[in-house]
Amino acid sequence: MQHYSGFGLVKHGLSYHENWQRMWRNPLPKHEYDVIVVGGGGHGLATAYYLAKVHGITNVAVVEKGWLGGGNTARNTTIVRSNYLWDEAAWLYEHAMKLWEGLSQDLNYNVMFSQRGVMNLGHTLQDMRDIHRRVNANRLNGIDGEVLDVKQIQEIVPHMDCSANRRYPVLGASWQPRAGVARHDAVAWGFARGADALGVDLLQQTEVTGFRISGGKVLGVETNRGFIGAKTVGCVAAGNSGVLAKMAGFKLPVESHPLQALVSEPMKPILDTVVMSNHVHGYVSQSDKGDLVIGAGIDGYNGYGQRGSYPTIEHTLQAIIELFPIFSRVRMNRQWGGIVDTTPDACPIISATPVGGLFFNCGWGTGGFKATPGSGHVFAATLADGKAHPLAAPFTIDRFISGKLIDEHGAAGVAH
Amino acid sequence: MLHIYCPHCEEYREEEEFRPKGEAHIARPIDPVNTSDEDWGDYLFFRKNPRGLHHEQWFHAAGCRKFFNATRDTVTYEILETYKPGQQPAVTAESRKAQASAQASNQGAAK
Repeated sequence: MQHYSGFGLVKHGLSYHENWQRMWRNPLPKHEYDVIVVGGGGHGLATAYYLAKVHGITNVAVVEKGWLGGGNTARNTTIVRSNYLWDEAAWLYEHAMKLWEGLSQDLNYNVMFSQRGVMNLGHTLQDMRDIHRRVNANRLNGIDGEVLDVKQIQEIVPHMDCSANRRYPVLGASWQPRAGVARHDAVAWGFARGADALGVDLLQQTEVTGFRISGGKVLGVETNRGFIGAKTVGCVAAGNSGVLAKMAGFKLPVESHPLQALVSEPMKPILDTVVMSNHVHGYVSQSDKGDLVIGAGIDGYNGYGQRGSYPTIEHTLQAIIELFPIFSRVRMNRQWGGIVDTTPDACPIISATPVGGLFFNCGWGTGGFKATPGSGHVFAATLADGKAHPLAAPFTIDRFISGKLIDEHGAAGVAH
Repeated sequence: MLHIYCPHCEEYREEEEFRPKGEAHIARPIDPVNTSDEDWGDYLFFRKNPRGLHHEQWFHAAGCRKFFNATRDTVTYEILETYKPGQQPAVTAESRKAQASAQASNQGAAK
């Protein structure tokens, strides 16, 4: 792999940047791999990268039906935080946060991780009680967090309307200074480049059409480019996880919904942090390019169409205008939807399945991006050892039978 | 914006009047005491979540405030029918398949 550096930039400048190495190969599928990862998004590529780097398993294929990072990795609002309420979830997301903090150096690829802080607003007394509880829980778990009053909020976000006579007055907020945003595409590309350099085959435009299963154990995957064998298969397919599970003959406790986001025209710097509100259902940050990145809750109906409904867009923008009347005349540039796989307790599933050797990492719902490195790290360990990584162990499918749910709706809610 | 036909009001109304309420035709276990944990889990949490035809409940929240069912394609979002609770859907994955094969054989005959 070509090492990226300032010196390299100057050197390649002398040859008009025409001699950069391709970031990854475009190999032909082999007949047999040690591990196949189905899904070439951020989580899948991270899984392959950590399989090769941490566990030394390099005979790995990532099978992707479209192009790398073309699904939810490219469609999210790039927010990274770890201020979850329950221990199991907090540990998992904080594990990811610690990996984020060294990720650009680790990958030798600038993922533009910017710890500009995330603010979760409270608009009612109950919101504030929940915020106090969550911040206390976070601090007990070693996760940074503070409760801000209105004056402190105004110092950080002077343009937000915090006056007391709003319909939904801002009463306070939780604040995680280490949280922030990262460049979503760069995360996928960085992991892809790193995995490829360690010998992982990235097979794009290769769609899984079925699993070959014998004696309750997986033997490999059927694809549009033929059969590819592997004794261990990990599925990381987000919204289409349920479709894959059906091919393998079991059901998952996930439902697929469209989740929308939109960006405005680029503007001069106005917002240097991330503002989220569960109560009015919206969140906003400003990208380095200058456009406001705005997101909302999911569309209520099941859908696989990668687009959502207009009423949801309208409600989202109503929430943003409620918080920031100053944005009322900003024009929106683009709007899109991704398909998220939501679970009943708003926590992911990282689990073995009824089929031997077949593992699923799914159910990240509306908030998977923030967990990308952590998800890949623990799922790689799970695939390498054939049993759950300690941080992944509480997130089995079985919890929906035993009832041992990790109910993160309070901390997760709409805001991701 | 979806236009949804409410079988109670017998009118098309805008999507914003309605709330989707998830998969339809889920029967509560008849004998709760003797229902296994697996079956309870299945009843509470495991949904079909199909890519394609989906029979689902809708609630006419800003209208008659009654529940009804709809058959909707989860990829195109097209609503193929709506019907009252207790009724069975006319459009199913099987009926669609049969229709497609009948059409194919008709076209074959025309040639």
